[in-house]
Amino acid sequence: MLEAITLARPPMLEPVSLALPPGTVTGVIGPNGAGKTTLLKALAGLSRGPGSVLIDGEPLTPHPRRLAWLPASRDAVWPMTAATLVALGLGPGAAPDAQAVAAALAACDAAPLADRPVNQLSTGERARVLLARALVARPAWLLLDEPIANLDPGHRLDVMALLAAEAQRGAGVVLALHDLDLAARCDRLLLIHKARLVADGTPADVLQERHLAGIFGVTRAANGWQRAANAPLGD
Amino acid sequence: MIRLLALLCLALAAASLAIGPVDLASVWARDPELARTLFVELRLPRTGLALAIGAGLGGAGAATQALLRNPLASPDVLGPSTGAALGAVLAGYFLGAGVIGMAAGGIMGALAALLLLLGLAGFGAGPAAGSTRLVLAGVAVATLLGVAINLALSLAPSPFALYDLMIWLMGSLADRTLPQLLIAAPLIALGLALLVRAAPALDALALGEEVAQSLGVATAGLNRHIIIAVALATGAGVAVAGSIAFVGLVVPHLVRPFTGHRPGAAIVPAAIAGAALLLAADIAVRLLPLDLRLGVLTALIGAPFFLSLILRGR
Repeated sequence: MLEAITLARPPMLEPVSLALPPGTVTGVIGPNGAGKTTLLKALAGLSRGPGSVLIDGEPLTPHPRRLAWLPASRDAVWPMTAATLVALGLGPGAAPDAQAVAAALAACDAAPLADRPVNQLSTGERARVLLARALVARPAWLLLDEPIANLDPGHRLDVMALLAAEAQRGAGVVLALHDLDLAARCDRLLLIHKARLVADGTPADVLQERHLAGIFGVTRAANGWQRAANAPLGD
Repeated sequence: MIRLLALLCLALAAASLAIGPVDLASVWARDPELARTLFVELRLPRTGLALAIGAGLGGAGAATQALLRNPLASPDVLGPSTGAALGAVLAGYFLGAGVIGMAAGGIMGALAALLLLLGLAGFGAGPAAGSTRLVLAGVAVATLLGVAINLALSLAPSPFALYDLMIWLMGSLADRTLPQLLIAAPLIALGLALLVRAAPALDALALGEEVAQSLGVATAGLNRHIIIAVALATGAGVAVAGSIAFVGLVVPHLVRPFTGHRPGAAIVPAAIAGAALLLAADIAVRLLPLDLRLGVLTALIGAPFFLSLILRGR
């Protein structure tokens, strides 16, 4: 269980308390600038502020097998190969584990990229390699900021299936995403708007017209998502 | 690769010990005592200092680039070498200290630059105090201390002192003594040892500060650790030999392709390659007919290389 107790990063995040059980995929949705990343970073213990994060009742301390954080940035400074980069996810000073690296790359459909320098990959390819880096140590908790943002439709579905499989093996997965159709595949959704948690429940509960029209300015029509009339943009 | 570099280093060290204005073997035949003195008092300190200072600059360069996640960074960016130069200049020319005093002044200067940097970068202010702030603070400290050196130059007590000061700042290993080697080498070795200890954390930092933190790297502590180690590894060298440019910038680029571009893993090979490069440059300085200073030669080689890096990266 990952518990957030009156976690707050004002003004980006108003106080919020959550209990996330392992074995589930929790999606965090909300408009740009709503506070999704702030919430995820706070849950990952990467920002200081009021409130606390507990894993199984213990204060969170960073460890590669406990929690993995995947930032939204796809930058890579050094021209190392994908396999070298993924191996770094095992943690500083960890014993090399070529098998784990190969498995993580394969899970992200990035095995053919293993020996390519990461700076020569496309953004989407690099996104898959960086996801493999987050998975390689088989952490108990995966906190992923927009892991599917740069991916093509096929790989988006693959990654959602992969995250469901990670939850199946007992991991807790929390991811920020914008694709409302794929958000419906999560076990639970948190809707963030203007630094507040405004809805928390199953996709069926959260993906309601009244939330989506008011917060995202979209409505569902027969031919897909439509911009709502008089969309209250950013309000 | 490390073994190959080490062999190269040994060969260059042997060459450095053998090369000089007089042939030691013929001196030995006439006067063994004089030959021994020449060897211990002149050749040995010069070779030892080239090894130690080159290793310190190479290793510190690799660590600085890894810490700042910037392949164009060099230890000079953090300011300790400028601080060391200022400290040595002040001790040598205004307090009238000898070579030992200058070395001590240089080390004090490096530490002062370090404290100024730590204060400016505001460590302990939270995880937000990132590498950008460190670079900006480093540039500010280096610029300030550089100006202070210019001020010291303009206040030189005599034209001769000014001349000596200018020559010293250019960097050289000529006429260095055993005590200078014995002061600088252990400090440089300590700095390098600290850098090597931080290598796995620097590798993790390649993934970004946040990810490194999530993997268990205390990034604020790592910043402090690396700055102190870089100050030791470069400051002590500058304090006895003056400024030697570009070694710290260039050498990591030469070795990183052989370490899979893992920035932390490059520290040890960069230290060995730095030692080899400085030995080679110091031999070249002695063999060239021109009266080139070591720091001038390394800059003459380093600057075009730096330019080619920028042009290739564009």
